[in-house]
Amino acid sequence: MRLDIILRVLAKLLIPFALVFGLYVQFHGDFGPGGGFQAGVIVAAAVIFYALIYGLPAARRVVPTELVQNLMAVGVLLYAGVGVVSIMLGGNFLDYFVLGADPVSGQHRGIFWVEIGVLITVASVMLKIFYVFAGRRRDAEETAE
Amino acid sequence: MATGSRSEIILEELTAVVLLTLMGAAAIGMARQRNLYGVVLLSGIYSFLMATVMVVLDAVDVAMTEAAVGAGISTVLLFGAIHLTGGTESKPIHRPWLPLLVVAATGAMLVYGTLGLPAFSDPGAPIHQHVAPRYLTEGPVKTGVPNVVTAVLASYRGFDTLGETFVVFTAGIGVIALLGRRRPRRPLDKSREESKE
Repeated sequence: MRLDIILRVLAKLLIPFALVFGLYVQFHGDFGPGGGFQAGVIVAAAVIFYALIYGLPAARRVVPTELVQNLMAVGVLLYAGVGVVSIMLGGNFLDYFVLGADPVSGQHRGIFWVEIGVLITVASVMLKIFYVFAGRRRDAEETAE
Repeated sequence: MATGSRSEIILEELTAVVLLTLMGAAAIGMARQRNLYGVVLLSGIYSFLMATVMVVLDAVDVAMTEAAVGAGISTVLLFGAIHLTGGTESKPIHRPWLPLLVVAATGAMLVYGTLGLPAFSDPGAPIHQHVAPRYLTEGPVKTGVPNVVTAVLASYRGFDTLGETFVVFTAGIGVIALLGRRRPRRPLDKSREESKE
């Protein structure tokens, strides 16, 4: 653990940029390539990188596993919730035209929230799967003791 | 890039051929390798090459996903799985000839099938005649989103994307259900621990 100082310093330098790049891919998806799926995996990869270098317990302190587990459902609910809101505003399910004052701003709003939902679910599912895989050896050792 | 000059097109084709050759080499290396750490490393390399092929094909969104999921996260997950199961592949019991025959026959059939497809990036192909022109002309106006990929993904095909998000969610739930819980301890150990507590 003490010999990996280069990795630790590099990780500290790179992870903030990876997270900001994830946000850029998310919110610039209207104009350039990207969107919720891409941003979600980039954010998850940044946290997994942190876990690889600093250890799983440190990553679990930063992003608690219960939070990740709940966020998995939050993303899907947010996406479906946009559909429900558009029904309540008098449109069809996932009809974004009714969400804003004029159709184009409604589309903007709908796409924005839907993409946030995708981001949350994708990032948290990837992270949760990693947590489950990485945490398994420790559990097995505990039972062996 | 249909508008590129002749030399650009040749360069692009050359890049694709080189990348695909390297991918083939990586695949053969994976098949021959018995050390599973090597196999996972090669599959990561394969995914990076695939991501680069996607860039050559101007599918930058897919390239991003492939690089992050294929080369990044799944490599880490596979390393984690190998760490739990052991790093050497056991010798196969069966001879590889029958599977090889099946794979070769399927591959030949697929190649034969592609011969009937329209030429790559042919603007007259049926897929470019159906709804694509409407997406391209009306999409930016109706949704106000200049990136047509995002407009189609989130707005025109919002139901599909909702379904995809549910697929990702279901995958996560499945992994939690299979691996997320601690193994139930034997009743004997449990009673001993309870008495300890």
